Amino acid sequence: MKFLVSIIISALLSYALGLFLPWWSVMIVGLCIGFFIPQKRIMCFLSVFIGVALFWGCFAFFISNANDHILAKRVAVLVIKKSDPMLLVLTTAMIGGISAGVAAFTGRSLAILFKK
Amino acid sequence: MKYVVFTIGLLLNAALVYVLGTREVLPIPLGEFLSVQEGIWQNAESVDHDFSENLNLKDLNGKVDVYLDERLVPHIFAEDENDAYFVQGFLHAKFRLWQMEFQTFAAAGRLSEFVGDKAIQFDRNQRRMGMVFAAENALSAMERDDSTKAALDAYTNGINAYISTLNKAELPIEYKLLGYMPEKWSNFKSALFTKQMTYTLAGYDKDFEYTHALKLLGEDNFQLLYPEIADSLYPVIAKGTPYSEPLAEILPPPGADSVYFNRKDTIHIAQDFKPNPSNGSNNWAVSGSRTRSGKPILSNDPHLSLSLPSIWFEIQLHTKAFNSYGVSFPGLPGVVIGFNDSIAFGFTNAGRDVKDYYEIKFKDQSKSSYWFNDEWEKAEQRIETIKVKGAKDVLDTVSYTLFGPVMYDKSFKTELTTDKAYALRWVAHDTSNILKMWLLLNRAKNYEDYHHAIRHFNVPGQNMIFASHNGDIALWQQATFPLRWKGQGLFVMPGYDSSYMWKGFIPMEENPHSLNPASGYVSSANQRPADSTYPYFIPGSYEVYRAITINKKLDGMYNITSNDMKALQNDNYNVFAELARPLLSKYVQRDQLNANESKYLQMVESWNLQNDPNEKGVTSFHAWWDSLYNNIFMDDLHQSTHSLVRPEKFVLLEALARDTAFRFIDDRNTSQQEDISMQVTSALKKATSYLTELEKEDKLEWAKFKNTTVYHLLKTSTLPFARSGIMNGGGNGIVNATQHDHGPSWRMVIEMTHPIHAYAVYPGGQSGNPGSKFYDNFIDTWAKGEYFNLFYMHTEDTNADQVKWKMSFNPVL
Repeated sequence: MKFLVSIIISALLSYALGLFLPWWSVMIVGLCIGFFIPQKRIMCFLSVFIGVALFWGCFAFFISNANDHILAKRVAVLVIKKSDPMLLVLTTAMIGGISAGVAAFTGRSLAILFKK
Repeated sequence: MKYVVFTIGLLLNAALVYVLGTREVLPIPLGEFLSVQEGIWQNAESVDHDFSENLNLKDLNGKVDVYLDERLVPHIFAEDENDAYFVQGFLHAKFRLWQMEFQTFAAAGRLSEFVGDKAIQFDRNQRRMGMVFAAENALSAMERDDSTKAALDAYTNGINAYISTLNKAELPIEYKLLGYMPEKWSNFKSALFTKQMTYTLAGYDKDFEYTHALKLLGEDNFQLLYPEIADSLYPVIAKGTPYSEPLAEILPPPGADSVYFNRKDTIHIAQDFKPNPSNGSNNWAVSGSRTRSGKPILSNDPHLSLSLPSIWFEIQLHTKAFNSYGVSFPGLPGVVIGFNDSIAFGFTNAGRDVKDYYEIKFKDQSKSSYWFNDEWEKAEQRIETIKVKGAKDVLDTVSYTLFGPVMYDKSFKTELTTDKAYALRWVAHDTSNILKMWLLLNRAKNYEDYHHAIRHFNVPGQNMIFASHNGDIALWQQATFPLRWKGQGLFVMPGYDSSYMWKGFIPMEENPHSLNPASGYVSSANQRPADSTYPYFIPGSYEVYRAITINKKLDGMYNITSNDMKALQNDNYNVFAELARPLLSKYVQRDQLNANESKYLQMVESWNLQNDPNEKGVTSFHAWWDSLYNNIFMDDLHQSTHSLVRPEKFVLLEALARDTAFRFIDDRNTSQQEDISMQVTSALKKATSYLTELEKEDKLEWAKFKNTTVYHLLKTSTLPFARSGIMNGGGNGIVNATQHDHGPSWRMVIEMTHPIHAYAVYPGGQSGNPGSKFYDNFIDTWAKGEYFNLFYMHTEDTNADQVKWKMSFNPVL
């Protein structure tokens, strides 16, 4: 249950913070969820990774799909040397997910420090 | 243990921020770049994007409505013309902001600010050439004129109104890629843009190369390799047109023979940056006597580096005072090439030399005074501060003489080991308001208005073509061109003697021009404007062959329709090959060829002389001719450590046609005496091995060989933003002047009937955003030689089918 909750909250919170803050706001989200929602560290990482990766991946996909992937085809060559829009969407999801997931791991580790 | 784990987590976080959020590890900060809410995904414009909008903005005097058609061409309807310029600025910024800034940063020598130290030499070159100085002078002239200032102020306000609405997510993708932010626009940036255009079109010079060539070759050979006029010249103003006597005879200073034409030493300067000499254009206007409709038709296609975003942005400006349509420069208000209800106007480059160098002797290392008219003259000094991304500022002191800025000296060109320095005299530095011409042309109603408007234009020299609904056609080669004595400015001139300075300018009324000639047409294609009877010395960089094709075709055309004019703009006939091929055929020693060589000979001889996409003969012909050119000239051009400038391609053709004992035919590196047959045959043998390779790679067909490419402005660093492999014909010296990455940047045909019939296309799209379907959507139409019917909108057309979106601009008090 906590796992599912952290997935959902991390996605929603990332979206909300992203309206005002730069990309690293997903790391703030990760830190907070890790700190406040007690789970195993690996579960923290995984849930937040999944939540944010889903958010970034789906968001990127919907935008790109509405764009007939015009931009993604071009940018994918620049970033991953291959004109594959789906791979760029996946890369986007990974980058968001890992950044937030690692932060969640760190947040949980911090919480553990305070636990007697 | 838990401390260790936390520390590892913290370090990992820091590492991610460092790697994904900065440019230290990866060239692009991927976190920021791929972020869905602020990164590149935000630039992926929905293919169904709704451009309709309601905006409330300061600095507007009244309501402005913009109707966007299905090609995203804005039709701006404003009462007040300054409101129209405001909205033009807003839309230029909305669709082309990055390009506008990039071009003016380049003009001002500020590229190092965002690309780092690799641009320092470029930036110094721009500053030392006096680009900023020139723009300052232009700005002061533009702002001294009330109507120009009002137009520019409105335009600038419009751009800034857009910039102030921008948030990070909406930044053009290039800013995200390079990592910087746009700054506010200013009238000065528009002035810089005019100077960048001037550099592109009137920034070419050969003074140093010619000085070296003259010294090395001597007068006779120099004349042979770099003749002033081509035998086959078809001048802009028809041969035989009488010219009035010059105002005054202009004589070289006494002593020019020894100190100027026969200088003792030579000069080598590697000029790393020069505009593309292919920058040029075609234009022609045919009078009603030659058209089916009885009204004139005007055609124009400017040849520039093909780029995405395009140099052009299509627009219509409808105000109480005028209703103009055409292409504009993102960076300037008004329509630059186009038409209104009464007239149409267009341009080709004059190619005249308006840029000379003077050798300066400084008193000492401070470079603050120089020897001039027997005394030490003070030089102004200007300190240029070049900001460099990731490094310290570079300071460069540039001395300003009576001629202009000292562009080359020891501090800039390491090959200058002595204290020699070279000052630049360039018309581009002179104070003038060229924008005024365009603002007046937009509202011009007849020949008198056009003639009045073009007086304001001083540089870059243009062949300004005109046609009106009234039935007039005209062409003026207009700018302020220096009065020169014969030979003046071909070579580097002494800077210690005022008698070598320019003596003034050719009076405008004596500039080559033509109004309603008996032939029924006027045309220009960057050729020399007049034959040798023109009473002034007019050196320049001129094209020969496009003009021949255009004039010959127009001579035989009657009952002309717009379709005929479109076909002529896309004509692929190779008149150079028509003249050169018989020579090759005549002199090739057929008995000495093997089967493979004979095959390519056959390919050339059976070719239909059309540079069509699928022709192989054209590729073979050029390989053969280029190889002959190298056989004949390369030994002579490379005889000193500093190679000589290449003679124009007409030089070899005409020399061989005149005299098969042309003295450069022999290869000076061999003991035997080569004759023309040997050289032609050996050229075919050399070309054969090259052609065989091409054939293996399936690149013998002209379009595959040429590989027409429209690069993004950042060239190869943003290759995915380019369009390559465009299968079209044309080439250098062909009316369809499409080369690999250079060619017709806008094709326009306007028939001056009422209603006006207007057709045009450019190789790009209205949006500068590589994530928009409007980024490159005109390219295929352009490549096929097809045109769009322009939607020349009038007040009653607001509900027409072509209108797809409407933007309303409302003033806020």
